[in-house]
Amino acid sequence: MKKIHGVLAGVLATLAVVSIASAADPLTINGAGATFPYPLYSKWFYEYSNANPGVRFNYQSIGSGGGIKQITAGTVNFGATDAPMTEESMKKLPGAILHIPTALGAVVPVYNLDGVPAGLKLTPDVLAGIFLGKITRWNDPKLAELNKAVTMPNADIVVAHRSDGSGTTDIFTNYLTTVNAEWRAKVGRGPSVNWPVGIGGKGNEGVAGVVKQTPGAIGYVELAYAKQNKMKVASLRNKEGQFVTPTLEATSAAAAGVAKSMPDDFRVSLVDAPGKESWPISGLTWILVYKDQADEARGKAIVQFLKWAIRDGQKMEAALDYAALPKPVVEKVDKALKQISFKGKSLY
Amino acid sequence: MGTISFRRKALDSTMKALFFLAALLVILPLFLIFFDLLIKGAKELKLTLLIDLPHPVGEPGGGIANGIAGTLVITLMTMLWSVPTAVMCGIYLAEYGRGKFASAVRFAADTMTGVPSIIMGIFGYILLVLPMKRFSAWAGAAALSMIFIPVVVRTTEEMLRTVPTTVREAALALGIARWKATLRITVRTAWPGILTGILLAMARIIGETAPLLFTALGNQFWQTRLDQPIAAVPLQVFTYAISPYEDWHDKAWAGALVLITMVLVINIVARVLTRRKR
Amino acid sequence: MARKTGGNIKDLLFERTTGAFAFLVLFLAALLFAVLLRESMPALRKFGAAFLVTGTWDPVLDQFGALPFIYGTLVSSFLAVLIAVPLSVGAAIFINEFAPPWMKTPVSFLAELLAAIPSVIYGLWGIFVLVPVLRDWFMKPVTKYLGWIPLFKGPVYGPSMLAAGVLLAIMIVPFILSVSREVLATVPQRQKEAVLSLGGTRWEMLRIVIGQHCIPGIFGATILGLGRALGETMAVTMVIGNRPEAILSLFQPGYSMAAVIANEFTEAVGDVYLSSLVLIGLVLFTMTLAVNLAAKWILTKMVARASRGI
Repeated sequence: MKKIHGVLAGVLATLAVVSIASAADPLTINGAGATFPYPLYSKWFYEYSNANPGVRFNYQSIGSGGGIKQITAGTVNFGATDAPMTEESMKKLPGAILHIPTALGAVVPVYNLDGVPAGLKLTPDVLAGIFLGKITRWNDPKLAELNKAVTMPNADIVVAHRSDGSGTTDIFTNYLTTVNAEWRAKVGRGPSVNWPVGIGGKGNEGVAGVVKQTPGAIGYVELAYAKQNKMKVASLRNKEGQFVTPTLEATSAAAAGVAKSMPDDFRVSLVDAPGKESWPISGLTWILVYKDQADEARGKAIVQFLKWAIRDGQKMEAALDYAALPKPVVEKVDKALKQISFKGKSLY
Repeated sequence: MGTISFRRKALDSTMKALFFLAALLVILPLFLIFFDLLIKGAKELKLTLLIDLPHPVGEPGGGIANGIAGTLVITLMTMLWSVPTAVMCGIYLAEYGRGKFASAVRFAADTMTGVPSIIMGIFGYILLVLPMKRFSAWAGAAALSMIFIPVVVRTTEEMLRTVPTTVREAALALGIARWKATLRITVRTAWPGILTGILLAMARIIGETAPLLFTALGNQFWQTRLDQPIAAVPLQVFTYAISPYEDWHDKAWAGALVLITMVLVINIVARVLTRRKR
Repeated sequence: MARKTGGNIKDLLFERTTGAFAFLVLFLAALLFAVLLRESMPALRKFGAAFLVTGTWDPVLDQFGALPFIYGTLVSSFLAVLIAVPLSVGAAIFINEFAPPWMKTPVSFLAELLAAIPSVIYGLWGIFVLVPVLRDWFMKPVTKYLGWIPLFKGPVYGPSMLAAGVLLAIMIVPFILSVSREVLATVPQRQKEAVLSLGGTRWEMLRIVIGQHCIPGIFGATILGLGRALGETMAVTMVIGNRPEAILSLFQPGYSMAAVIANEFTEAVGDVYLSSLVLIGLVLFTMTLAVNLAAKWILTKMVARASRGI
């Protein structure tokens, strides 16, 4: 009995010491949101914290919906989303918010099929048909016709989508809405939609997990997830009629057009971009910060980080298959960062 | 006594076999789960797992050290205010607990023991995360204490009731004040049982994930401050399990092994206590 | 018993202090209910009782109904009870009546260990072991030959109502087992011996004696197990497939009340969305409360009967 009391007291004392010692912890900045850029952000925050021991960025990948919700409620210092906030949702905010673009990514269809190589050819209508539940078997004539060189298996198509509010979903459904009338009428675009078929995975991680675990499955994830998990990626016919595989170059090609037409608030869509090499389901991802920061130290740290992210951080993107922001966009973002202030004083 | 017909004997044997089969099937998952935990968990169970912090997504290596620290911090925080509250409440119910008020308290405690733990997470989010404008270890501990307290209230009361009234009466007959008698004698007698209840409840909250999902939230880094998001082993196991990365899956199993070890050690200590009492 | 002498301030202080903590516990329970009620008001006002029977879950249009989740929770829990009760009662009979005495303690110990395993670990095992096994060895073959029965309709994904039901069954077995064992132990030895001495086989004895005494108690244990299954979150979330639709086939994915809260709470943008999730929490709270009260009532009645020697 006494021994147990002794052990408990000892553990309590240790924890008390640890807690007090950690009162001198570096500044923690909390962010949450999109899973789309999570492979990139987690690398960024890891490297940045190593280089700047005075700050730590704790990012929780809970989905774009979560990012928007938590920054609206003020429970995090910054949010992250690949679905730009709507006018309506911005009205609910306690203050003006900035969408700071950080990278470009590609949403890609991934599938798990034995005996079928990577690069399965899909058209926009076939892709829509699969996710609408109208094309239900892998050896459907529409699929076989596009892929004559492959023997398509006679198996059920198992659809996987997001169960949480997702910017990746927003980009994907935006694309389907743009290219397919039936999808536009029946389902529409949004971070969370009424999916006609399929099972839900939580986050990009969850969808990738489901596809990997389920033979015959097809889903949509950000390119980095497909690459990191060595998953089979489909090729898609783009606006110009070319079948493109999602690569860094294809995403950058989609981004090239953006530089000229980038609006001041950076809320722009890249789906079905023109250009022979362009990947049709590309998207920007943003970090959400309030113009008026409540905490000077944290606000300054965030601005410093963002300055780093749009320049030095961009160099890490290629390795993870995210496309860098075009130069003119970087300059525009840099100017926007000057707007972030504390009590009127710019934190730049 | 005549011989039993073959049909009846056959039926008897069949039923015996079925009951045996049922017992086997009931125990089987336990062995399967432990077998898997040991084999799959061993893969990533190196010292680095227990010491290192998580690596960026997709990069192998790293560990769950912050989760282990976080779990310990939240658990001890929870117990710091929950143990006195629950034990004192249990004492009240056992010693003075007649009448409507006591019945209401018992009903409240019983109700709370049956509430799904995710609901305690909602409670923590609304009451602490939103007003404080941040996720924190406080909120996580608050949610967990809503699970811990009602359980320990009931076990404390039960243990105190097992102390025979003769013991209490003897103390009072000797002229000891009631409050002293209660604390020094009744509670002390029942203490091993009460401690067992506390330890079992502690083992339970160590394994809880749902209440922490939107209170403690999770943290990539080493973080033991109470007013910031904090990592916890069950949260990490969940995140890693539903991810697509192979090495995260291995870490999930290893983390689960660490978790079940913590839970089992506490359970065994608790049982050794009850055995010693007898 | 207690002497009320003067100068009993310390005694009074002690009583009041412990009473204060008791009041705190009562207060916390009331606070919990109040928070749930207040936060679900917006959804209650918008949807009313129709919330319970509406099937749409559309965050885009702010239209929410809890039907798929109520359906999923009930189906997976009932399935779990259907599987767990025969197994638990059978195992309880075996342990109490047929097992050699040395087996009793280790077996009870093992069953208690099952109860101590955290839900997330069951979920982990569910994703990587149970689901693939169920999918490849049970669901796929059954769907091939019996797929015309609506209950077994494919396509087979893996994560499904069946997977959730089986996993839940494993999780509630220890509780039903321990209560069943207690219930079985209340049967008077004399009655058992009486049947045996009249020439009955052990099975016949059990059938008669259990039939007379234990049915209410076992029923109570069943309801208790049901109560636990209704509230399970992590394990179910990890294997049920997260599909907000009430589908008849057990091989199809579904959703449960606890799982949808776990998955969507942090991102419920907008008051109605969050409020709808809290309202689901309130419905779940009420359901588990009702079930647990029913179980308690039945079991206390049984104990009373036993002590009266019926």
